[in-house]
Amino acid sequence: MAAVTEAPPLAPQPAEKPPRKRGRLVPYWLLLPGILWLIVFFALPMIYQASTSVQTGSLEQGFKVTWHFQTYWDALADYWPQFLRSVLYAGAATILCLVLGYPLAYLIAFRAGRWRNLIMILVIAPFFTSFLIRTLAWKTILADGGPVVGALNSLHVLDVTNWLGFTSGDRVLATPLAVVCGLTYNFLPFMILPLYTSLERIDGRLHEAAGDLYAAPFTTFRKVTFPLSMPGVVSGTLLTFIPASGDYVNADLLGSTDTRMVGNVIQTQFLRILDYPTAAALSFILMAAILIMVTLYIRKSGTEDLV
Amino acid sequence: MTNDSSGDVRLSGISKTYGAFTAVHPLDLTVPQGSFFALLGASGCGKTTTLRMIAGLEEPSSGTVFLGDQEVTNLPPYKRPVNTVFQSYALFPHLDIFENVAFGLRRRGIKSVKKQVEDMLELVQLGEQARKKPHQLSGGQQQRVAVARALINHPKVLLLDEPLGALDLKLRRQMQLELKRIQTEVGITFIHVTHDQEEAMTMADTVAVMNAGRVEQLGSPADLYENPNTTFVANFLGTSNLIEAAVDSKSGDDIVLQAGGGKLVLPQARCSAPTATGGKVLVGIRPEKISLTHADDAGEIPEGRNRITGKIADSSFIGVSTQYVIDSAVCPEFEVYSQNIDRDARLTPGADVVLHWSPAHTFGLDAAQDIDAGVETVEPEEGVAA
Repeated sequence: MAAVTEAPPLAPQPAEKPPRKRGRLVPYWLLLPGILWLIVFFALPMIYQASTSVQTGSLEQGFKVTWHFQTYWDALADYWPQFLRSVLYAGAATILCLVLGYPLAYLIAFRAGRWRNLIMILVIAPFFTSFLIRTLAWKTILADGGPVVGALNSLHVLDVTNWLGFTSGDRVLATPLAVVCGLTYNFLPFMILPLYTSLERIDGRLHEAAGDLYAAPFTTFRKVTFPLSMPGVVSGTLLTFIPASGDYVNADLLGSTDTRMVGNVIQTQFLRILDYPTAAALSFILMAAILIMVTLYIRKSGTEDLV
Repeated sequence: MTNDSSGDVRLSGISKTYGAFTAVHPLDLTVPQGSFFALLGASGCGKTTTLRMIAGLEEPSSGTVFLGDQEVTNLPPYKRPVNTVFQSYALFPHLDIFENVAFGLRRRGIKSVKKQVEDMLELVQLGEQARKKPHQLSGGQQQRVAVARALINHPKVLLLDEPLGALDLKLRRQMQLELKRIQTEVGITFIHVTHDQEEAMTMADTVAVMNAGRVEQLGSPADLYENPNTTFVANFLGTSNLIEAAVDSKSGDDIVLQAGGGKLVLPQARCSAPTATGGKVLVGIRPEKISLTHADDAGEIPEGRNRITGKIADSSFIGVSTQYVIDSAVCPEFEVYSQNIDRDARLTPGADVVLHWSPAHTFGLDAAQDIDAGVETVEPEEGVAA
């Protein structure tokens, strides 16, 4: 102990060091590429489109900003059926994706064992082909008089879908059903992947614990597995619904003029009619509608802290 | 404790094999109603597998499981009147503490759970935490929730799978007493799986020591400690000094043995091995039963005690006692724990000493086993297949 008391007095402490400047700036340098990216590819185009949407004029005379907000009301009044259709088709496709994707994601996460990687590859494999070709393939699958339509016909499935207004006559192609099928198929992996990720994170011992506490397998699913997979359900449905509601390729290739979605309208306005203000206004309306729906949906599913 | 046998757990010839690996060899075991029973063993000895077969989480490869008079071998876990406290607690992260505890009651269709849940949370002293989520609680609190969640169902048997493994030492001691208190209070049969011999001995009425898929020995903690039947039990529960000796003769109830030129006396009743004259026996003695006397004072040692001479190789002072390692002809690392009452200043490393103890404290084991079985090496992490 003596050694401690006799220790020489400590050297005077140097005056408090100024914090190192270089270190403090590092986070901003790291943020820079992302911020630049956002400015160039998100903020600037948004501002440009916003200004376009309130311009008037024509391609020959040029467009001028005249704060013409009437464009928005006109666009809504003219194209509300397409908006409605987009929401319905995208909603139907999202529900179908969930119904088809959940069991598959569950299987991969809990039951696939050594087949897990193979099934995952199969889920992702379609991405190796272009979106367009995959959609065109559905044209062949659903072709008039083809085996699929024949089978649906002889099973009287078409009678039911005709009655529901999803198909008409002996055709599947060029009907809402075809468009929803295409959307479902194209966006299914976006549903399966987040579902799989959140299911796979669930501790298997929770299933055992639920079983131990008198929950039969289906109750375990209802009370433990499904609530815990909600983050995956929410992100999966968003990843499916948002792009599906803006999609125009499926409606274009598999549908008819009666199945045009808002994406088709925007595409036509931009590229054929060259009415840029209406196209820009439609884009903003679509974006706002999606934002509102998504916000309500996330509120309702109560997963703010889980997403 | 009641004479009701509905909470008895009877395992009859149950075994579990995974491919070519046998996790549990055919096992017969009866745990009487209301007892605190511990399955003790190192990781991978089959104790957790045994527990999981009682819970229904693992299907036995052969044999039957009875709870009271009911055969439950083929019942799924959710139909068995047993509940488990899992090693990692397995609390439902999306439910608050109240709902975690109420889970079992709700699944059985009980509507008014409030009173029961509150009482149960009171029992484990978590009344205040009812509306918190599991991740907001400390490890010790989570552990108590896991116990409450299982106990509220009034299971016939409560299974505890290394419930204290994740807690630090101090909390673990506290929870051991807590669990013991709860068990006494509710009177339910507890089956506790642990690799911690001190934990098993502190809490359980009966301990089954398991090794390589078999029960090596079963008995009260004191009985296992004083009368181990195998070298594994002798070494796994505390520390034993084992000396190889040859049977010399018998006199009355005692066996006289020859070891390293000296004679040792072992009561016949304390020898679990065959004792034909000339045969080999392992003589065991616990370190705290031995007295240490400096060689110069050897004459003062009373007659009739077993003696061994040696040299102190090492000594370490640990407060309540001093632990010596003695180098002797019959056993290279003889351990002696001596209470610090009158310390002899001459007992330092290098000193010649005589070790002596009462023959009544000596036990005998079959020499045809691994003398080092169960010697604790570095504590292994509890494996998945344990």
